Amino acid sequence: MTDLLTPVLSENWADERAWKLTNYERRGGYQALRKALGATPAEVMNTVKDSGLRGRGGAGFPTGMKWSFVPKDNPKPKYLVVNADESEPGTCKDMPLMLASPHTLVEGVIISSYAIGCAYAFIYCRGEVLHVIRRLQQAVREAYSAGYAGKNILGSGYDLEVVVHAGAGAYICGEETALLDSLEGMRGQPRLRPPFPAVAGLYASPTVVNNVESIASVPSIIDRGASWFSSMGTEKSKGMTLYSLSGHVKRPGQFEAPLGITLRQLLELSGGIREGHELKFWTPGGSSTPILTSEHLDLPLDYEGMAAAGTMLGTKALQCFDETTSVVRTTLRWIEFYKHESCGKCTPCREGNWWLVQILKNFEAGRAQEGDIEKLLDIADDIGGRSFCALADGAVACLTSAIKHFRGEFEAGMKTPAWELFPYELSTAFPVRSAAGLKGAHA
Amino acid sequence: MSGHEFQSWFPESGAIDYADTSTRITETTIEEMRQIAARYPQARSALLPMLHLVQSVDGRVSPAGVQACADILGITTAQVSGVATFYTMYRRRPGGTHHVGVCTTALCAVMGGDQLLGRLSEKLGIHEGETTADGTISLERLECNAACDFAPVMMVNWEFFDNMTPDKADDLVDALSSGQQVRSPRGATITSWQEAERVLAGFPDGRADEGPTAGAASVLGLKVARERGWKAPAAAPPIPTPDEANATETGAK
Repeated sequence: MTDLLTPVLSENWADERAWKLTNYERRGGYQALRKALGATPAEVMNTVKDSGLRGRGGAGFPTGMKWSFVPKDNPKPKYLVVNADESEPGTCKDMPLMLASPHTLVEGVIISSYAIGCAYAFIYCRGEVLHVIRRLQQAVREAYSAGYAGKNILGSGYDLEVVVHAGAGAYICGEETALLDSLEGMRGQPRLRPPFPAVAGLYASPTVVNNVESIASVPSIIDRGASWFSSMGTEKSKGMTLYSLSGHVKRPGQFEAPLGITLRQLLELSGGIREGHELKFWTPGGSSTPILTSEHLDLPLDYEGMAAAGTMLGTKALQCFDETTSVVRTTLRWIEFYKHESCGKCTPCREGNWWLVQILKNFEAGRAQEGDIEKLLDIADDIGGRSFCALADGAVACLTSAIKHFRGEFEAGMKTPAWELFPYELSTAFPVRSAAGLKGAHA
Repeated sequence: MSGHEFQSWFPESGAIDYADTSTRITETTIEEMRQIAARYPQARSALLPMLHLVQSVDGRVSPAGVQACADILGITTAQVSGVATFYTMYRRRPGGTHHVGVCTTALCAVMGGDQLLGRLSEKLGIHEGETTADGTISLERLECNAACDFAPVMMVNWEFFDNMTPDKADDLVDALSSGQQVRSPRGATITSWQEAERVLAGFPDGRADEGPTAGAASVLGLKVARERGWKAPAAAPPIPTPDEANATETGAK
């Protein structure tokens, strides 16, 4: 029986200066790279395939299979691009990983690049995390100095350039094709697929785009074996993963556990919902995954368990809200996010989210009218599945799940402002001396 | 409006400010922009970091910066400004020495982000998107900054300030305004927004070793696991390859 928590990626996060190469090596760091270079790229790829590792960025696509889609006979150079754009509301796992142990990612990048057969790898990190970028830049420099990157890595004859690239503020760049456009120096707007990046990605060349946590899992898989990794987790959701607990919990934080742990178990480990309150609703994996309620506490947090409940595992960003929280308010705030972050390429998303915000503002202010719930759902129907990328679907999921579980609150928004039904100062993490100016904060 | 607005959120006009032609871009800047371009298999990939460098020099995306990017990459100024106006981190007007951001996406908003923004706006006498008259602080509403387990979160020059309260926010901006040394609880000593932009362009400032490995929330699960003696399963002993197995058998014979 596997333990409830299984720190692997986070194992060294409490170490003094874990981000330094020497400290990473002291814990066995870069041994997996040596092992990988002693095997053929195909063997490395097969180990990752056999491990059952699935993408940790939200979609859950098998990582090894994604790699195998890169055509062997394409004469163009191949690329690995790490998606370190972590911006999905609620998601906060990749940043602590790169801050504490950037070498875990860098070693994963080098091994994965070797498996794919690329000579260039990019780490596309969102720009708004200065210290994470400093640590990444330094880790890459250290890796070059130690002979783990650059020409003739560890005498193997394998060459790899690794570039840390800072984004400039755009949620949409977490979408892999928008990320590639952004990395090409353009506005980050999604591309029509097919062709998929594996065939025509960066510079129209075969490209693998993987999430930070997926790539950071590779060294442990190579080091300890595919069967070790797949001994954790559930039937189709293998391995350990980072769960991020946030919101109205006593002790929010990161928990690394085998896939399939439940929110009830995680809440027990974090002391539960804050004193005197109870769970009202939560997201399994960021704001784009349909919300769940206290009825869903015992569902396994794996890809299948969440899909069966009509939602998605997403990024395992468990944002917990207690009974003081207005669903109308959070939904409005999330839709405002999608409205602002819509890249503008697809009309349903660009215009639809704008209209949703206008109507939701009326719900928040208690000024919505009869038929407005139907209007929201009607607009949502015009947005979902009618845009190039999943940003639009995420917005729709966020809204429709809120109405599904808390329709009564939307109905109340036709008479009473949300801040009267749920005084906002009751939800804060600190005592609020005066409620004055609250409405104005977002007017 | 205070007359000091720097506009980066929901801008009324998407355009670069071509009226202000001032610049501090020198030959050194141009040389550094070329260095950035050389990092990539195709030079245009360098545009985002080059614009970060322009901001580190000019405090905004200046017309001269747009021109320099276009010249070096062999693209039009329209292509450069088209990119510069897409991303929220690029400024069209100069801002303050320090960029103070308050996250108000749903979770941080609920946990107190709205109150923090209101409080700071009142204290500094400016709205979001504006700069104090003394030029020290620009205030901005931020979107989720990937630190939700530390909510409510603020950022100064893109460094984390975790678990904020109104009092902590007051002290923070007081310290910034009076030029005292401020350190991020999960980062380095606060320098300035422009110096931060230089790091984002790929020119390290030597501060990577400052600050802790992780914040308390980041290691919570690890701590709980250690208290309870939980860990990942041990790695299975390596399975011998057929060759190795044969070799052992042969040796035994």
